[in-house]
Amino acid sequence: MSMEKKGPSSWDVFFAGFWRDNPVFVMLLGTCPTLAVTNSVINCFAMGVSTLFVLVMSGILISMLRNFIPKQVRIASFIVVIATFVTIVDYLIQSISLDLYDSLGAFIQLIVVNCIILGRAEAFASRNGVMRSVLDAIGMGIGFTIALLCLGVVREVLGNGTLLMNTPYEISLFGPRFEPWSVMILPPGGFFVLGVELLFFNWWRKRKEARALAQAKA
Amino acid sequence: MSTEARPLIIGSSPHIRVKQSVPDIMFHVALALLPVAAFAVWSFGLSALLLLLTTTAACVATEHTACLIARRSTTIRDWSVVVTGLILGLTLPPSTPLWMAVLGSIFGVSVTKSLFGGLGYNCFNPALVGRAFLQIAFPIPLTTWTPPDLPGRFSSLLPTTLTFPFLRADTAALADYIRTALASGGVDGWSGATPLSMWKFAEVPQFESLPRLFLGSIAGSTGETATWLIILCGLYLIARNMMNWRIPAGMLLGAFLLSGAFWLSDKTHYPSPMFMLFSGGLMFGALFMASDMVASPMTSAGVWIYGFFIGMVTVIIRIFGALPEGVMFAILLGNAVSPLITSATQPRTYGLVRQKRWIKQ
Repeated sequence: MSMEKKGPSSWDVFFAGFWRDNPVFVMLLGTCPTLAVTNSVINCFAMGVSTLFVLVMSGILISMLRNFIPKQVRIASFIVVIATFVTIVDYLIQSISLDLYDSLGAFIQLIVVNCIILGRAEAFASRNGVMRSVLDAIGMGIGFTIALLCLGVVREVLGNGTLLMNTPYEISLFGPRFEPWSVMILPPGGFFVLGVELLFFNWWRKRKEARALAQAKA
Repeated sequence: MSTEARPLIIGSSPHIRVKQSVPDIMFHVALALLPVAAFAVWSFGLSALLLLLTTTAACVATEHTACLIARRSTTIRDWSVVVTGLILGLTLPPSTPLWMAVLGSIFGVSVTKSLFGGLGYNCFNPALVGRAFLQIAFPIPLTTWTPPDLPGRFSSLLPTTLTFPFLRADTAALADYIRTALASGGVDGWSGATPLSMWKFAEVPQFESLPRLFLGSIAGSTGETATWLIILCGLYLIARNMMNWRIPAGMLLGAFLLSGAFWLSDKTHYPSPMFMLFSGGLMFGALFMASDMVASPMTSAGVWIYGFFIGMVTVIIRIFGALPEGVMFAILLGNAVSPLITSATQPRTYGLVRQKRWIKQ
């Protein structure tokens, strides 16, 4: 690490999004796609990768332009940049798989207003250099994808009894006589699973903090 | 002379306290549910008995486990969770697979009650939340009905009851079982419907006769069929002042008035208000579920509004909704708005001028 830079190391910036500042489980941002598209693993994966792409590209552009964007119109400028990349992703997914595009519905376009992307643009990319912004964007994007998959795996396994449904690699876990919990595929299932996972992760975090405190005292 | 011995106690009101305690009331609610449960076992047989025992045991076990996890002293002795378990069992169809009943019990008690802090903090009726979860998760087994008074109901279980956990309920086997049992009793066929679904889904609406609805020789959830018994048990609780009579009164009145208006507009399509009151789970819901003390409003004016609201929503769901029965969702909606009703109907403190804004900041 060069000495003149202050703040966390690049390593920390990269890994912050994975767990410590995870956008879904810690910052509770982007809950709209989190609840809406996590009913199958492939949807989660597509959503996560699209968001990752938009995060990285808009992070690069906004970080490069950070000294030229007037402070008064920065949000509008960020949105224009983000919307450009969302449009690219939108057409890209449409060309790759129309089924996937249909199952994600409006939520690909809605990445424009995803708080994670605007939040990272405002809080990080507009204040840091390109390299660090890219690291932050990749970390956050992967953290978001992990969080989506955490929900998606539970919802798909319980709600359909499969993994990777609607793909060539579909695995049926419990055989044909499994009774699917259709509530898990429906919107309430998203709330239930997110609630339970938040409960678990917060409990885990608190326990870790309490142990660290006890060790520091000892 | 005698006044010297007694000390003068100075304190703020209340000075006279009711001797009833929460465990007392809950015990009597459980007691009042027993005749309904007994009728359920009598008309649906061993399967209903096993179902009721399972839900009650699962609810008690869930609450006990939750208390252990939270490192509190266990609260299963206040009887409230027994009531929850009994009510959940009484609202499920007799052929519900036991593993689903256990899942619903765990979900209802843990999510609605334990996570919010136990009795007194549950913003919804735990039994109904468990039931609603099951209804949305497993719509087909939860709308598969069994005729009452099947021959052989005390010697064999319905084939779906003992479905292996997480596997599909074999509704075809259930239909076969019912057909054979009915044939042995000299009955040729059975439509597999409750009075409400016969009204809603038949091409020409059919209305079950009122005496049959009242006496309970109909298909339905285990505990909702015997209207006369439910009314008697509810009256017992009201007589002992253990239930707020305004809630069922408001709910029945709301359902009666709205369905009466529909009935007067078109008597061939819409059922009579009496049919509405006596069919489905409305009576059971009004007397034992909407009257949940925690999840209903706290003011006298508020409970009237609350009951009336639930009654009307029930009728609206029954007539316009996709499902023939709407009591469960109507009560859950009522539970959701009850804090608002409580704050909107706060009585004026004696001596104060009525405030213009009805919700204080």
